[in-house]
This record gives sequence, C-alpha cells and structure tokens, in this order.
Amino acid sequence: MTAPDYSVRAFELSRRFGDFVAVDRVSFDIRPGEIWGFLGPNGAGKSTTIRMLCGILDPTSGRAEVLGYDVARDPEAVKERIGYMSQRFSLWSDLTIDEHLTFYADIYALSPTEGRARIDQWLATVDLTDQRGDLAGALSGGARQRLALACAALHDPQVLFLDEPTAGVDPVARRHLWDVIALLAERGTTVMVTTHYLDEAEHCDRLAFIMGGRVVARGTPNELKHRAMSGQVLEVESDRVIACLGAVEALPYVRGAELSGAMIHATVGSAEVASRLAYDLGAQGFRVAGVRPILPSLEDVFAALVEATDHSGATP
Amino acid sequence: MNLQRLRAIIRKEVTQLLRDRRTFVFILIQPLMQLVLYGFLSSDILHQPAIVWDQSHSAESRRLIQAFVNTRYVTVHAYAARMQDIQGALDGGTAKIGIVIPPDYAKLIHASRPASVMVVVDASDANSARTLIATAQGVGSTLSQRIEIQTIERHGLGPTSAPIDVRARAWYNPDLRSQVFIVPGVLAIVLQFSTTFLSMSTIVRERELGTLEQLVVTPIQPSELMLGKILPLVGIGYFNMTLILLLAWAAFGVPVQGSLLLLYALTLAFFFSSLGMGTLISTMASSFQQAIQITQILLLPSIMLSGFIFPRESLPIVLQWIGNLLPLTYFMIVVRGILLKGVGLEYLWPQVLPLVVIGAIVFIAAILRFQKKIA
Repeated sequence: MTAPDYSVRAFELSRRFGDFVAVDRVSFDIRPGEIWGFLGPNGAGKSTTIRMLCGILDPTSGRAEVLGYDVARDPEAVKERIGYMSQRFSLWSDLTIDEHLTFYADIYALSPTEGRARIDQWLATVDLTDQRGDLAGALSGGARQRLALACAALHDPQVLFLDEPTAGVDPVARRHLWDVIALLAERGTTVMVTTHYLDEAEHCDRLAFIMGGRVVARGTPNELKHRAMSGQVLEVESDRVIACLGAVEALPYVRGAELSGAMIHATVGSAEVASRLAYDLGAQGFRVAGVRPILPSLEDVFAALVEATDHSGATP
Repeated sequence: MNLQRLRAIIRKEVTQLLRDRRTFVFILIQPLMQLVLYGFLSSDILHQPAIVWDQSHSAESRRLIQAFVNTRYVTVHAYAARMQDIQGALDGGTAKIGIVIPPDYAKLIHASRPASVMVVVDASDANSARTLIATAQGVGSTLSQRIEIQTIERHGLGPTSAPIDVRARAWYNPDLRSQVFIVPGVLAIVLQFSTTFLSMSTIVRERELGTLEQLVVTPIQPSELMLGKILPLVGIGYFNMTLILLLAWAAFGVPVQGSLLLLYALTLAFFFSSLGMGTLISTMASSFQQAIQITQILLLPSIMLSGFIFPRESLPIVLQWIGNLLPLTYFMIVVRGILLKGVGLEYLWPQVLPLVVIGAIVFIAAILRFQKKIA
C-alpha cells in the first residue's frame, strides 16, 4: 500500500466510563516521522486516547486510523505495525533484560539472527549492555523505562506510542530518553508521546493540550506560545516573592499569576499595564526591581489554558 | 498459531515458574502435606481401648476376651471391678468400649444355655462405634457358632456345618485398608488443586501487574497465550503425579494394578479440563484475590462431591448431579480404577468422555472470553 499522508488520525474519538467522559470528541492528525506530543494534567484523557489508538480499548464513539488501517475494524493489522509503551510498569520483575528483549523479538517473529543483532544494537542505544543479565525488578526507574522503550521499539514499528515515558524518572535519565526518541524520529518512526512535564513539550514537532477529555489547544511549540495566549505575560522581579505573588493575584487586571523560579509570571491583557503593575506593587511596599513583557513559556500557556478552562467549566 | 510465539511464551512461563517460590509450594509441599494429612489420618479404627469387667474368671471368659483382642480392633486397657468403673472409663474417654461378662457365664455355656454378655460402646464418634459394635457382634456369633458345633459333636452327631455359610471376599483391597482407597484419591485432589491454582493465576496476574496491557498490543493470539501458559503447567502436573505415585507406593503400599501408561495418558484429559477451568476463572476474575475466591468455591465441593471421601451413591440426588459436573468425579474413578482395580480403557471410557467434553467447553469459553482488550 502507498504511504498514507498521516500515520495516525483520530476522528471525534470519545470514551465514557459510566457517567464520566474521559475523552470527549478528540480529533487530530499525526504526520509520518514527527514527534507528536500529547500534553495535559493527570486524568485528562491522554492514556485513554492512546489505548483507543492501539486497539485495546473500544471508543464509545468516533473512530481512528493508524497507518491507514481502521483501528476498530482491523486491530491486529495495527498491532503488527506499532509499538506501545504503557504508563504502568510493564516489565516482569523476575525476568532479565535479555529475556525481555528475546521474548519480544520472538513475539514479533524476528529471525534469530536478526533478533540477536537488534537486541545488541538496542542494548547499546539505551545503555544497558552491561546490565543485560540483571532482573528487571532490580533496575532503577530510568533503566526500567529505557528497557520498556527498547521492548516497544525492538521490532522497528512504524508508529510508536509512548505513554508518559519519563514519569518518575530523574532529569538526566529523562534527557537520555528524549535523545533516544529523537533518534527514532530521525530514522522515520512516527512517535506519539504523552507527558505532563511541560518543559518536555519543547522536544515535540507538534503538540496538543488535552484537559477534561477535550483538546483545548494545538500547534507547534512556537505557535502555541504566540497564539494560544490571548494576553501577555509580564515577568515581575520583586522582594518577598510569596507575599508579592498574593498581591499580584489580587490586582483586578491580572488574570493569573504563578511563580517561575524567583520571578513572578503574571498574565495580563496587554503589555501596557506593566508600569501600572510596578506602581501598584510599590504602593503596597514591595521593592520591585523590574516588570518586563516576555514570550510565555509553555508552562505559562498551560497555566492560562487551565485558568480559562476552569472559568468556563471543564466539561460543557 | 505461530510456533515461534508459542515457544517464546512457553520459555517465558517456564523461566518465571522456576524462579517463583510458589511453584515449589505447589509441586512439593502441597502434595506432601495432603498425603500426610489424608493418608495417615485416615488410618483404620484399630486398637480401641477396652475396659473389661470379668466376673466369671474362667477359661471361657478369657477365651471371649482373647477373641476380642484377636480382631485387632480392641486392646484391653483396664479391668473393672464394678459397673461404675466402666461408666467412669467411658465418661473420661480412657476407654471406648466396655465389656461386662456375668458371673455365671462359664456355667451357662457348659449347660448349653444362652449366656449374655453386655457390651457398651462410646458412640459419640458414630464411625468408630459402628466398627466396635460390628466387632462385638462378629465375635459373639463366631464364638457361639463354634460352641454350638462343639456341643453337637459332643453329643455324637458327627461333624456338621452351619446352614448358611456367607463368605465375603474383599476385592481390590483385600486387607480393607482405607489408605489404599484414600491415597489414590489424594493424588486426584492434589492434581486438581495444583493445576487449578496455578492456571487461575495465569491471566489475572499479568492483568494485575500491568503486563497484560503490554501483551495485548502485540500480535499474540489468545490461543497462543493460553496454550503457552498451560503447557508448562501440564509438565508440573505430571511431575506432581509421579512424585505422589512414588510416595503412595513407598509409604502407603498403594498398588499399581493397571497400566501406568494408560493412567498418564488419561490424566491428560483431566488436565485439559482442570487447567481449562482455571484459565476460564483467570479470564473472568478482575483480581488475583477474586480468582482465589472463585477457585475455592469451586474446589471445596469437589472434595465433598467427587466421591473422594463419601460414596457418591449415598449423596442426595441433587448433589450427585452437581458432582457430575466436576472433572474430579470422573478422574477419581479413573485413578482408582487403574491403580486398585487394574481396569483398562474398555471400562474407563465413560469417564474419559465427560472429561474431554468439559475440557473442550471451558477451554473454548476461556479463549472466547479472553479479548485482546483491557476494559
């Protein structure tokens, strides 16, 4: 078959659990070879969406296509061509690293020669060659995730679904995982990755924010920073930041404020209120060193989205 | 069915079984425990303590007491001097049977007149009481028959014989040892427990660990997964069985009258149904705990209703029907048939057929129930 324009397509995908709407009419397209990020807080519906795309959870309504195959009609065709790394610990603690990889090589029917070559290659990629005889239960969090990624990607799937691959992993190990993900994308693998770490979104080619089961924003990281924010972020440098944060939040023209390091990021309607903000804080006895308009970080975008959604009610 | 995948699953399962301590509990500790429990505790009612009030003090009365002792069911534990002694011994539990011989016992016998001997039995345990009463009646009728014959001969009427001569022969278990009956049953029970308990954890444990989610996104077929998980358990079952057969032969002297080859072959039919049942439970249960509960609910009646201890014919008809649904019922007959009676397939096929049918039903149900989905 000819290569489809999109590796993954979701059309109005919905899933209910009883009265609870976990995923609410979600649509998106993922292009071949891109790293597509799915961001949102815990419980937003990220894992549920991924499971529906992998064919292990039936949608309540809507449909999905992976590599041109309808997931509901042809789940086995999809399963042969994808890799999936679930959010939960998905390894057998009583099997070694080698035994895991050998198992998956056989499950995907790789020839013995091919299987051994790929296992050696993947062990080197995820830096586990020296530990290959260790039981999975004895590995550190980072090593477990790298092994899980190697298991999911060993058979060279065209699409890789990674559900929170970096959850509970230290920053160094996180960077290592993202290096591997970037490597896979360079080789042409389509990667859909979910995370609730906003700083990781910068690694993605495109991304979508999901909240309360609905996609609330989408685009490239840059587009999102410019477009998704209707207002302007001001960076406030002041003494007594905690007290000052309270004062900033209390101002009527501030939509939201949060700490970012030692600075306060305040979301306002436009940059013009900067001097007024400095004056108002000074009047309350704060020593304000500066108020500067900045390009919002994704965290600011996310905070603004949460704010907006909370005000309008998450589920309509 | 892809053989490479099947082999991969079998290799994974065997590796995990060998590394899991629970496996050894099931294949070593559990059979030993059950054998010891049922095998030794089911030993016959022998050497029950007796208290005797012999008021006759004669050769005749001593002969009577010796006749009791010769049955091996009774051991004289104490002699009484008055009725209260007997009362006290039975009340205190130091004796199970009291024998009272009247003062005129020898005199009446010599006069060819009926002598009565009183036997009191502690019947709070109905089972041992039944044995003791039967023993007493047996001793009484044997002795009186002998005396009668002696009397007739003494009157010069020549050798004679009793009008009815009932000769009971105990087939298959000539010594009437209950262990011979119970131990093959223990074999069946142990195999039922280990296979069901090991197979009920197969799917549900992967589900609880979260590894099932990883397995169902692969191209694994449900039949490959089930078969790959069950074949190693068949191996464990046969190991179990060999161990118990050796123990039964060495420790309890259980005979092997029939063909061992046939026993091993027919056991496969039993494994098919018991492992299928465990797997079906495993696909239905949402947690390991729940699987254990369902299994216990199913296994307890199988001890009671399969004919392991109680003869099935004496059960109410409804319980017999329920027993007909249990694979263990048929397997019990197969095991006893081959080990004790030495019968062949020509007598056992009516047991094999239901085993295969039950196995096929539960297996197909398990495979159909197992969806490659997580919710």
